[in-house]
Amino acid sequence: MLWETIRLALTAIIRNALRSFLTVLGVVIGVAAVIAMVTVGQGSSEQVSANVESLGTNVLVLRSGARMMGPGSRDTAPSFKLSDAEALEDLSSLSAVAPVVSTSATAVFGNNNRTTSITGTTSPYLEIGGWTIALGRSFTPAEDRSGANLCIIGETVRTTLFGATDPTGEKIRIKSISCEVIGVLKSKGAGSFGQDQDDLVLMPVRTVQRRLMGSQDVSSISLQVARTASVERATSDIEALMRERRRIAIGEDDDFSVFDMAELSSMLNSVNSVLTGLLSSVAAVSLLVGGIGIMNIMLVSVTERTREIGIRLSVGAQAHQVLMQFLVEAVVLSVLGGIIGILFGLGLAYVAAQIMAIPFSPSLNVIALAFGFSAVVGMVFGYFPARRAARLDPIDALHYQ
Amino acid sequence: MSEPLLELRGIERHYGHDETLVRALDGVDLRVEPGEFLAIMGPSGSGKSTAMNIIGCLDRPTAGNYLFNGVEVATLNRDQRALLRRHYLGFVFQGYNLLPRTTALENVELPLIYKGMRKAERVARARQALARVGLEGREDHTPSQLSGGQQQRVAIARALAGEPMVMLADEPTGNLDTKRSVEIMNLMQDLNRESGLTIVMVTHEEDMAAYASRLVVFTDGRVVRDEKMHEGAL
Ligand SMILES: Nc1ncnc2c1ncn2[C@@H]1O[C@H](COP(=O)(O)OP(=O)(O)OP(=O)(O)O)[C@@H](O)[C@H]1O
Ligand SMILES: [Mg+2]
Repeated sequence: MLWETIRLALTAIIRNALRSFLTVLGVVIGVAAVIAMVTVGQGSSEQVSANVESLGTNVLVLRSGARMMGPGSRDTAPSFKLSDAEALEDLSSLSAVAPVVSTSATAVFGNNNRTTSITGTTSPYLEIGGWTIALGRSFTPAEDRSGANLCIIGETVRTTLFGATDPTGEKIRIKSISCEVIGVLKSKGAGSFGQDQDDLVLMPVRTVQRRLMGSQDVSSISLQVARTASVERATSDIEALMRERRRIAIGEDDDFSVFDMAELSSMLNSVNSVLTGLLSSVAAVSLLVGGIGIMNIMLVSVTERTREIGIRLSVGAQAHQVLMQFLVEAVVLSVLGGIIGILFGLGLAYVAAQIMAIPFSPSLNVIALAFGFSAVVGMVFGYFPARRAARLDPIDALHYQ
Repeated sequence: MSEPLLELRGIERHYGHDETLVRALDGVDLRVEPGEFLAIMGPSGSGKSTAMNIIGCLDRPTAGNYLFNGVEVATLNRDQRALLRRHYLGFVFQGYNLLPRTTALENVELPLIYKGMRKAERVARARQALARVGLEGREDHTPSQLSGGQQQRVAIARALAGEPMVMLADEPTGNLDTKRSVEIMNLMQDLNRESGLTIVMVTHEEDMAAYASRLVVFTDGRVVRDEKMHEGAL
């Protein structure tokens, strides 16, 4: 009889092809949406963590201007100079110090050009930023201090300007200067916000100051905390030194701030979890919409199904036999929809992960949750109207409007 | 007088309540013995279908006793009544009640499924039943591909396929032309005479009632006439 029941259910599924299709579609939409969204959300959050780690651990950034002040307050605070960076080098709690001057400009080689970000700095910047040289070399200590027309280019700049050829030794033009490419940075890929991290040119800090900016200012100073010191120690050392150098009286507030990259990382993570939450709620809505779809189809067909149940009861079916058939039908449709939904959702997430260049990281919990929800909706709305009908006297089921 | 197969004692069936109360059956007494062929006539709304539904265990009376083969049906639970329908009763509805989008053959097979019959035997029996009502060649047609009369004959085939003890037919020839009606009546008469099938049939046509061995007339939910007939008595 069980086999017979399964056969009855399968026959009913095929016979009511459109209804079955719509039910399956409801489950597919719900399951696929949740799985795709949450998988993409998790992938991007993993990407952020990976990026934050690639920023380097124990990295601090010193900027002028108080952290908590509103716009404009920065202007009143004096900028840092190269001498500030040199003074910081003497702190034992720091292992690397790199002044940074940033601007953007167009780099030209032959007929190719690219507007990119120009960073004037010194060779410790590579260590602090977790950069490695893929081709050529870094700046020598002498070059760090010189205003030589040299540059190290990112992977993106290299491919745009040089294609596949070796750029080292070639000269590119940036504004009025012609500078020699001495090295190429190893690619880091997309950053936390999807930005291209490889779209940059590094030049000695003095070159940028003199030839591009025309000022002695330094935008920020990147610092690496020594292995032997704590972030707190290094921060207080830096603050003490800077207060002294900037002659800030006791009781007065700092006119500079020290950013901890770990802090930035936790900030990025919270941004990311908001994003994941957003995606998840969109997914939950899709799940609900899918569920309502299933519910509608089931409820719309209640009249017809009630009559069908009446006919079966009148020829001698017992209530539990009819119910078993409807339950099997609901299970088959839900499971079918669930499986298609999972495959579809994972496929969608995979494609999205490829396009967004984030890791593809499906989660079993989410798959189980989405599947479970749709299956329950399918079963509840397939089963309960049937149960009510099967408890009626056959004549009432037959006359049901 | 032998033991009655079906016995209705003071059966009442009310619908609605208070001002809207309808006494569809208002004290029906009826005894049907095995092997009888009963024709029920009466004006529209007189309670014929209501009585058939109660006899067919599809509905339950408001008051009164209904005994099937000596068993008080009111004492049976839902599942036991289902078994009674499954093994002893064949019902032809006034409105056919076939499963939509389901072939004639599958519709006729339906009661056999619940009898636990194997597929091959079911198909053979269903084909045979369809052939008896003149529907060979239409086995794979769904109700929407059949005329009203053809659907009615599928319903008759479905009632017969399970070889019931009692056949309950609510206007089984209502949609058939005279020639088909006569064929169906001859078939029912044969089954009644040769296999001892007990038949209760509702009809509006005296010509059809003439095939029965007994005529019962309903008016306003009561039996107003009940008489044995000889062939061609009307
Ligand atoms: N479900 C119901 N709810 C309310 N009243 C009903 C219901 N079913 C039947 N009735 C009423 O019961 C009475 C008897 O109906 P029934 O269907 O038994 O008549 P009938 O003799 O079969 O008529 P016909 O010859 O037209 O088929 C009618 O007055 C009808 O309106
Ligand atoms: Mg009627």
